Amino acid sequence: MTIFTDIKAILLGLWTTWKHMLRRPVTIQYPEEKRQPSPRYRARIVLTRDPDGGERCVACYLCSAACPVDCISMQSGERENGRRFAVWFRINFSRCIFCGLCAEACPTLAIQMTPDYEICKRDIMDLLYEKEDLLIDGCGKDESYNFYQHAGIGVAQRRGEGAEEKAPVDVRGLVP
Amino acid sequence: MTPDLILIAVTAAKIAIVLFAILTLAAYLVFAERRVLGWIQDRKGPNRVGPFGLLQPLADLIKLLTKEDFRPPAGDKWLFYLAPAMAAIPAIMTFAIIPFGAPVTLFGTEIAMQVIDLNVGLLLFMALSSIAVYGVALGGWASNSKYALLGSIRGLAQLISYELSMGLSLVPIIMLARSLKLSEIVNAQSGCWFIVYQPLAFLIFLISILAECKRIPFDLPEAEGELVAGFHTEYSGMRFGLFFVGEYINIIVLGGLATTFFLGGWHGPVLPPVVWFTMKTLSFAFFFIWLRGTAPRLRYDQLMQLGWKVLTPLALVNILVTAWWLVLKG
Amino acid sequence: MTMNILFYILAAVMIVATLLAITEKHPVHAIVYLVTSFFAMAGIFYLLCAPLVAMFEVIIYAGAVMVLFMFVIMMLDLGHPEEAQRPAFITWLVPLILTSLVLSSVVSAAVFRTFPGGSNVEITARAFATVLFGRYGVAIEIISMQLLFAVVGALYLGRKGGGK
Repeated sequence: MTIFTDIKAILLGLWTTWKHMLRRPVTIQYPEEKRQPSPRYRARIVLTRDPDGGERCVACYLCSAACPVDCISMQSGERENGRRFAVWFRINFSRCIFCGLCAEACPTLAIQMTPDYEICKRDIMDLLYEKEDLLIDGCGKDESYNFYQHAGIGVAQRRGEGAEEKAPVDVRGLVP
Repeated sequence: MTPDLILIAVTAAKIAIVLFAILTLAAYLVFAERRVLGWIQDRKGPNRVGPFGLLQPLADLIKLLTKEDFRPPAGDKWLFYLAPAMAAIPAIMTFAIIPFGAPVTLFGTEIAMQVIDLNVGLLLFMALSSIAVYGVALGGWASNSKYALLGSIRGLAQLISYELSMGLSLVPIIMLARSLKLSEIVNAQSGCWFIVYQPLAFLIFLISILAECKRIPFDLPEAEGELVAGFHTEYSGMRFGLFFVGEYINIIVLGGLATTFFLGGWHGPVLPPVVWFTMKTLSFAFFFIWLRGTAPRLRYDQLMQLGWKVLTPLALVNILVTAWWLVLKG
Repeated sequence: MTMNILFYILAAVMIVATLLAITEKHPVHAIVYLVTSFFAMAGIFYLLCAPLVAMFEVIIYAGAVMVLFMFVIMMLDLGHPEEAQRPAFITWLVPLILTSLVLSSVVSAAVFRTFPGGSNVEITARAFATVLFGRYGVAIEIISMQLLFAVVGALYLGRKGGGK
């Protein structure tokens, strides 16, 4: 008799919804209860400093080239010691899609994503973050990385003495 | 003061009380539906406006009143304006015949807790529920929109079909109570509720009133998955609000009628009669909401088959069996 | 007194609505007028102490027959009914003569015959049923047989494969 299976199905459905009615809601009441995202969460972008306190950014334009929505722009400059730096650095967060490609492209770990997802402004022009808004005092996710210990104009040590660097090969020594 | 004037004053007071109660209940039923559906879906539902969201109906009202009142330019102007009223008014009027409490003696005169106690109360209910079709039909037709028209055609066919099984399921009640007067139907149940004698009629009536309120699983006239919003697709602002509130008033009224016909009306121990009546009516409303969170929508041919090939013959058989039983009992 | 005023209001509504229903070109508007007329008629029946008939008037005519009419009108493509031509005078002639005959007989009957005053006793459902199924039982049975024929005919036409 199909009618009995039908009635059973309806009652089963009612029983299921009844159980769910008494269950605790899974809702997180956002402005009052906030969830801490994982450290890998991709939200507001920051510019970090190296452990010595200098800017990590070398204005190589890789991040702005990698950006699919072209929200990063900057102007490179050169210091007296030949090291490059960003004269100005601007991220338009009203265009940013938080894909993280800029952070992946960055060779100096300067540009990084943070879990701070509450970027909301009344005026859209306030979402234009300049260099001083982006620059933080810490090192971000990697506490010890210092680009100029590894590479770049005017590295602090002779060749082969940098961190994780092998001594240069003696070309003549290979001659049989 | 002459007795006539007293009668008029008492009736006016009753109308005011009933109208106020029913509109408030309908507004809070909307809120309750959203909360209960939220719980069913493991959500919280609206809880922002006021404590526990209790002022939500007020916020909804303000929103509806301040919305633009749009009319499709190619539609039929006056019928478009008329239809929401024709949907809501019969539903409100039906409450006039429902006895919601035991008669009270006040200043020496007995006052029935019922606006009017017609000799043909049950038939008036049938008449008003058959008139409620016009709001759906004219609203959909006057919108000059294909979705609205499809919705109203579905609504017409559905309401006519289920009217029949609803009316037929009430015939055994009339035979048991030997009256069309709702107060006498309630009094006939002072010993034993009619649901005990007539479980089948109760089931048929319950399914039919679900279809009459256009509720899931019978919400084909406004199937939002297929017809946008069915017959009230083109309505906005308070005109939509009238359709919307009319639907919830209908739920309360039909719940109250099911209580009156099958659950003994206001009869019940310990608690005052009005409380019993309200509790029974609201339990129907809760069941409707619960079912909405559970059941899927019927297909159109399934709806028609259920109405004409299952419910109507069953109701007829039920009438025959009841008649035989009454004759044999003498 | 109040009853008389109510009667005249209802009668006026009924006549005006019926006239509008006849002259209205748009079928849906005509249905709305006709339903109004039925309501007025139901009110008059109620005033005549026949609440049962009043309710049946609303349930059957306003609630079922007119709804079916409307259903059919919605299913059909009407085109532009408001641009339709009114029929020529010749086609009005026969109905006019017939209507005037009926009207004159009604008026003469109203003028020359005195009716026994309507009783003020409300006709209960029980009394109505006793008369209907007692005195007119055979007629009721015949009419119900006729309805049965109609149902069988509709089934025959509507069965699969068509009524060939």
